[in-house]
Amino acid sequence: MALTAAAALLAQISILTVAPVRMVKVKRGGTASIRVACELKPGFHVNSNKPAEDFLIPLRLTWEKGVLEVAEVVFPKALFRKFDFSEKPLSVYEGAFDVETRFRIPAGAPNGLGMMTGKLRYQACNDRECFPPKTVEIRVPLQVE
Amino acid sequence: MYLFSVRRVLLAALSLSLAGFGLGCGSSKPVRAASLTASAKRKVAADFALKDADGKLVKLSDFKGKVVLLDFWATWCGPCKFEIPWFKEFERGYKDQGFLVLGVSMDEEGWQIVKPFAQELGINYRIVIGNDTTADLYGGVTALPTTFLIDREGKVASVHVGLASKADFENGIKELLAESAGKSASVGIDGRGGASRPN
Repeated sequence: MALTAAAALLAQISILTVAPVRMVKVKRGGTASIRVACELKPGFHVNSNKPAEDFLIPLRLTWEKGVLEVAEVVFPKALFRKFDFSEKPLSVYEGAFDVETRFRIPAGAPNGLGMMTGKLRYQACNDRECFPPKTVEIRVPLQVE
Repeated sequence: MYLFSVRRVLLAALSLSLAGFGLGCGSSKPVRAASLTASAKRKVAADFALKDADGKLVKLSDFKGKVVLLDFWATWCGPCKFEIPWFKEFERGYKDQGFLVLGVSMDEEGWQIVKPFAQELGINYRIVIGNDTTADLYGGVTALPTTFLIDREGKVASVHVGLASKADFENGIKELLAESAGKSASVGIDGRGGASRPN
């Protein structure tokens, strides 16, 4: 029983997994697009970046100031799902989805290796329970040419 | 986030297992609300002291002698929000029989976010802001809502992890009010601490 409960609780730590982002080669003065691949365990959802209700915590991807300049963060199209606990359909993501960030590389960016660091904040639920919001650090190794 | 370190999660798992509580996290299967634990087997609900919206210290032991629905919830939790109208109704309907609802909000932002939310929903029962320590006292409270029904003797009679049904809650409340109606006269409401009941 203890092991079962521990396993269930440990499993919830990875309700959402984010694949490591491979090194990205970028050119000074150019643009780059980086996709953060997320996957939710079956039966779970996170609110989209534009939840249907004010009280819900949206999915957010923010980047620390770095070599690249953020032009736009593009979230996938949300699903509208009705749950037992919701009076109207909620705007959510389920399964696998990517969050894309479009960057500009300044002409004066230093050559060589660098790193962009971001934070993905999400709040997950299944159809009966919700789990506290979590933040995952995203690290993107760069090579500026 | 204060609820989720690995150590805390493991401790919570162990606590929940030892307490024999049902666990619904990670599953999308409907979770049946737990039926009431036999009176002799109930464990004392851990006491805590937390501030309400007016800054008044609220201790669980202040309510000894009453049946308490102790609800761990958060403003960002859809299932929690869904249950609030039921709890308002229970508070109104069973208050005179020695029942009350006590909401423990697990919102990190505290009253700044909880006060307007409570006002918007017209919450008519007492709310306090919880913390790690409170959650640990109740087995970790890893998923919300988690709701405990506490009998007049201050013992945990049932725990509901996740969204339960209104009927399950109400049946439990009625049963606890009925089973302990005879005892209430002999059990003081000031419990362990001798504090008077807050109004």
